[in-house]
Amino acid sequence: MSFPWANHYEPKQPFMRWLDEKLPLPRLAYNAVGAGYPVPRNLNYFWNFGVLAGAALAIQIVTGIVLAMHYHSDAATAFSSINGTIMRDVNAGWFLRYAHANGASMFFIVVYTHIFRGLYYGSYKAPREMVWLLGVVIFLLMMATAFMGYVLPWGQMSFWGAQVITGFFSAIPGIGETIRIWLLGGYAPDDAALNRFFSLHYLLPFVIAAVIILHIWALHIPGSGNPTGVDVKGEQDTVPFHPYYTAKDGFGLGVFLLLFAALVFFFPDMLGHPDNYIAANPLQTPAHIVPEWYFWPFYAILRSFTSDFILPAKLWGVLAMFGSILLLFFLPWLDSSPIRSNNYRPKARIAFWVLVLDVLILGYCGGSPADPLYVIVAQVCSAYYFLHFLVILPWIARTERPVALPNSITEAVLAGKGGTSPAETALAH
Amino acid sequence: MVRWIAALVGLAFAGVLAIALVITVWGVASDSTPKIWTGAPKSAETEFHKHPRDAGLSSAGVFGKFDKQQLQRGFQVYKEVCSACHSLKYVAFRDLTGLGYSEGQVKAIAAGFDNIPSINPDTGEAATRKGVPADHFPLAFANDIAARAANNNAIPPDLSYMTRARHGGADYVYSLLTGYQDQPAALLKEFPDAKTPNGLHFNPYFANLNIAMPPPLRSEGQVQYSDGTKPTVDNMARDVAAFLVWTADPNLETRHQYGFMAVIFLLFSSLLAFGAYRNVWRDVKH
Repeated sequence: MSFPWANHYEPKQPFMRWLDEKLPLPRLAYNAVGAGYPVPRNLNYFWNFGVLAGAALAIQIVTGIVLAMHYHSDAATAFSSINGTIMRDVNAGWFLRYAHANGASMFFIVVYTHIFRGLYYGSYKAPREMVWLLGVVIFLLMMATAFMGYVLPWGQMSFWGAQVITGFFSAIPGIGETIRIWLLGGYAPDDAALNRFFSLHYLLPFVIAAVIILHIWALHIPGSGNPTGVDVKGEQDTVPFHPYYTAKDGFGLGVFLLLFAALVFFFPDMLGHPDNYIAANPLQTPAHIVPEWYFWPFYAILRSFTSDFILPAKLWGVLAMFGSILLLFFLPWLDSSPIRSNNYRPKARIAFWVLVLDVLILGYCGGSPADPLYVIVAQVCSAYYFLHFLVILPWIARTERPVALPNSITEAVLAGKGGTSPAETALAH
Repeated sequence: MVRWIAALVGLAFAGVLAIALVITVWGVASDSTPKIWTGAPKSAETEFHKHPRDAGLSSAGVFGKFDKQQLQRGFQVYKEVCSACHSLKYVAFRDLTGLGYSEGQVKAIAAGFDNIPSINPDTGEAATRKGVPADHFPLAFANDIAARAANNNAIPPDLSYMTRARHGGADYVYSLLTGYQDQPAALLKEFPDAKTPNGLHFNPYFANLNIAMPPPLRSEGQVQYSDGTKPTVDNMARDVAAFLVWTADPNLETRHQYGFMAVIFLLFSSLLAFGAYRNVWRDVKH
């Protein structure tokens, strides 16, 4: 971002000046995450989660590459390569496995918080629409990667989860079944599917990394948003990223790693399903097939469509499940309010918290058996989810009367209220 | 334009969900069979399934440690009772040093197994040999068909991961082994069709209440403990559950040790990082 008061990179040592002439990577780092990137001074802790997401990806890549040195992607030996060799015989193999499995959960915890920060503070609005679009792409890639990764241990849930998810393709009228068999390399998930899932699971994280670079680049054109949603007006509104936000992110990283360590070392199976410690058996269906927790809200939406209506119920469910994520692409144009932050939008703020509750309830229903109570609750919550983004937010944007914005970030900071966290806003009003 | 299409799509999904909702509610309301609170039909499982009792193992909780004496007793129970039908294929004999055995004892234990599959070095025919520490525990049956033939068409599952492959873990294993009982009269009265079929055994801790495995621990003294512990059914069940926690999670103690070091280090470094953050921001109002 070209804020005129940004610090300039000035290499002093001869080697650094030579490098700056030939391949200015240190300059790039200085301007992107160093003292050369001015950032609003009023960011709260919800702004830590982008860096934490990057850290989670790095952890997944490092643990994943080492695991891949010992993993066999063969249907006959995959389960024992992990549960027989890696967990028992490979030095610190158990740590790598737990770190990678729980690291995926940490990645989604962080990314969901990051997304909800974006929803609350209007980070998807102009001029940051591209940041948001790239973010949704990253989210979709993450979901594909996580799904394929969960299949790799070839446990009962791995196999039957693959059976359910790849079954979606057969919902496509006419050509669906052909596509499904082509993608799987067979009539059911088997050796062919497992091998190609391993290949793609290794590939996609690097695609995610590339899109993240674009995501950060797109952000650095207008610069970071802030909790007031008011644009940066002058030098007094910003601080250089280094050392102010490197220090804050360092603390955030410590807390993240603390939570991560608690999971890996003390509760490694808490977020998993016991059935995945049973080797895959195509002839024995588990009592309840559920995906990992981070897919539960979408699983609930999928299972809510229980009746045919013009289209078969299964097709409605698949369309709604993918639609629930694809609609995020249109959010910058659905929510047309020029006010970015929900701190100054009373109606939108209420709708936001209803959405949070809605998604949490959907998650609970998705992880539960498909008993009538959970199906009914999920049907109501799924309806709200679609109405929220596609009807309620556009309507609020057109009819709402927002609270007066502060004139500048510095004004909000000096006034001491209404500028930083949602809790402070709630107390102030 | 986007907004009109979006509103249409949103109302379409909401509309179809409303239809599905009405049909689901009508289906539940018009179905007069007895149901549990979630709307699922009442059955013998929902009414008479019991949740696992606490086994009180020393390995439980974040401060969990193995009781090596108990692990050795549990191993003895496995070897003398369970190994007749259940394999332990992910555990190697050399791993038994984790139970407190010396290398020499492990060699002797391994040599005690003379059914390790092998090949006759002269004729090339299938043969068996004595175990060495590098071997894994041998399979109880040659293949699945042999397993079914000997067990009323049920395959006794491998026990290596049993305490991680079931909800309730070690508590479930302990409760199951001590939970065999006669089918309650109340169950037969309410669900006469749920009478335990011939060849199966009633156990309220098992998911569908009727398990193919006959009670393996039937009487006190089935296994002769050498450390003075009374070999009651309760003790034997608890000991073998503890052993199976070890087979499923041999690194438990190491994991907890490293965990404490990691958590303490991270607490300390997070504190320092917080101090650094406050110091950096000291003169900036934010």
